[in-house]
Amino acid sequence: MKHAEAVKKYRARKIEERFFHSLFFINGILVIVVLAGIFAILLKTAAPAFREIDLREFFFTVHWDPAGYEKESYGIIAMLVSTFLVTLGALAIAIPIGIGAAAYLCDVAGPRVREIAKPLIEVLAAIPSVVLGFIGIVVVNPMLAKFFRQPNGLNAVNGSILLAIMALPTIISITEDALVSVPRSFEQASLALGATKWQTIIRVKIPAALSGIIAACMLGMGRAIGETMTVLMATGCAPALPTSYLHAVRTMTATIAIELGEVPYYSTHYYGLFAIGLTLFIITFMINLVADLVLHNFQKMQR
Amino acid sequence: MKQFGIIGTAMVTVFALAGAAHAATIQVKGSDTLINLVQRLAEVYMEQADDSIAVTGGGSGTGIAAVINRKCDIANSSRLMKTSEIQKAQTGGVDVKYIAVAIDGLCVIVSAANPVKNLTKQQIGAIYRGEITNWQEVGGVNMPITLYGRQSNSGTYVFFMESVLKGDYSKKMNRANGNAQIVESVRADESGIGYVGVGYIKNDSRGVTVVKVAAQDGADYLSPLDSAAVNSGRYPLARPLYQYLNGTPKGAVRDFLAFELSPKGQRIVEEEGFFPLPQEYIDFNNKVMGK
Repeated sequence: MKHAEAVKKYRARKIEERFFHSLFFINGILVIVVLAGIFAILLKTAAPAFREIDLREFFFTVHWDPAGYEKESYGIIAMLVSTFLVTLGALAIAIPIGIGAAAYLCDVAGPRVREIAKPLIEVLAAIPSVVLGFIGIVVVNPMLAKFFRQPNGLNAVNGSILLAIMALPTIISITEDALVSVPRSFEQASLALGATKWQTIIRVKIPAALSGIIAACMLGMGRAIGETMTVLMATGCAPALPTSYLHAVRTMTATIAIELGEVPYYSTHYYGLFAIGLTLFIITFMINLVADLVLHNFQKMQR
Repeated sequence: MKQFGIIGTAMVTVFALAGAAHAATIQVKGSDTLINLVQRLAEVYMEQADDSIAVTGGGSGTGIAAVINRKCDIANSSRLMKTSEIQKAQTGGVDVKYIAVAIDGLCVIVSAANPVKNLTKQQIGAIYRGEITNWQEVGGVNMPITLYGRQSNSGTYVFFMESVLKGDYSKKMNRANGNAQIVESVRADESGIGYVGVGYIKNDSRGVTVVKVAAQDGADYLSPLDSAAVNSGRYPLARPLYQYLNGTPKGAVRDFLAFELSPKGQRIVEEEGFFPLPQEYIDFNNKVMGK
């Protein structure tokens, strides 16, 4: 009798177990299905572009001007350079500040400061990008114009600063998590050997948490490279090839956002915009892949 | 004001849907130059009619694409449709008709601090093509010119390119999202030059100078704020603003268009800074309306 009951219970548990197993499996696989779907749609809609636009023109000419007066041109070099200028600029600003802020929160700040500062930093992530773009026009624009003695401040630097602000919460919060998870014994050993707190942070904790920090920076980069609204508003959107950070730039995302609304469906221009989207997708995919490999190697080395 | 207008329209739409099921909703989309004017026309019209009218912007190109894709009833446009667009519409079974709703004197603006007050059409073209790059070359101080223009989805962008530049825009032109952004940019930028619809400048032109334009060397320099010059067609950048439709207007759309073209509607056109239609366009419109 007792035995039968136990068996019953065991079976019920097994069914439950199986149910949750498949539930989580479906959830997990769903993301991959969605990703594959997006990739398939992009590929399908971008494919006609490469029948109508010469591949060499697309990848190796500078200007994108499908509404040109004399002829249409479909080159992505200028916007590719623009996207990289703005993204790298944003990372150059956000990474040092982000790691510094995370190290401060983790090791220097008292518990009370941390309790207030951490949620505040996360609020930063909740600012809508269009608001940041507006700030870029109204606040950062005149400041940059004055500082660099330029007629206006709608340029790559402006975009970089705004994107850095957007990437900061991600970088700070993940870096802080990585620093916190460094075993206490590392820190204690370093301090016991006579290292100062500064030396401990720089030479022991940050290297030990490097995998997490790289992941943080990569996620921040992902946020920056795909951002549209702020760069559209604050960077001037001139389609020329930028040769300096003080030039106006038009990124890949801004081009798609501006032109997709007006384009007649199923025209060369329409397919061309999807081709830009596909290129952007592949770039971010590669960045993530490389980051993953770096991380993996690093973790192996650590062991 | 625009925001209030949009909220008002949305509220009226909701009330109209709740109250009178038979009242029609008209979707108007397109030109940024026309949006404030048509918004105002719609507000006044809705005070005395059951129909509700939703006016959104996005640029002439967006409006025209919406008519082709059957996504709106009326498309505001500051340029004529291109042949390729008309063909696309015909393939999709859309019978394109248009009326002129107002006359715009396109304004070329510079910072109030800039001593340059007069330019010829050729000079403006050369500036925007990137051939003249310093204010010194057109009688100003030694200062590089910063260009402000619109995105390619703007009808004004296309009109300016075809009638003034007759060539490609300089790649260095900063491309703003709307008329208001150009006014703001030029106001803040001593070296700037921009072009906007007269409705954006007539009632508030602080900080900027509306340049007087001559059709060619030796011709009179005329201001778009001078209604005689625009009405007579002598101002070189005067242009009609259009509304595109699918088929001969009927029902609610027809009523609204008739209101726009009525003396009351044309008075609002003037209040918003634009110019009323001359006789030739009135005749043209009557033909389209089937009068």
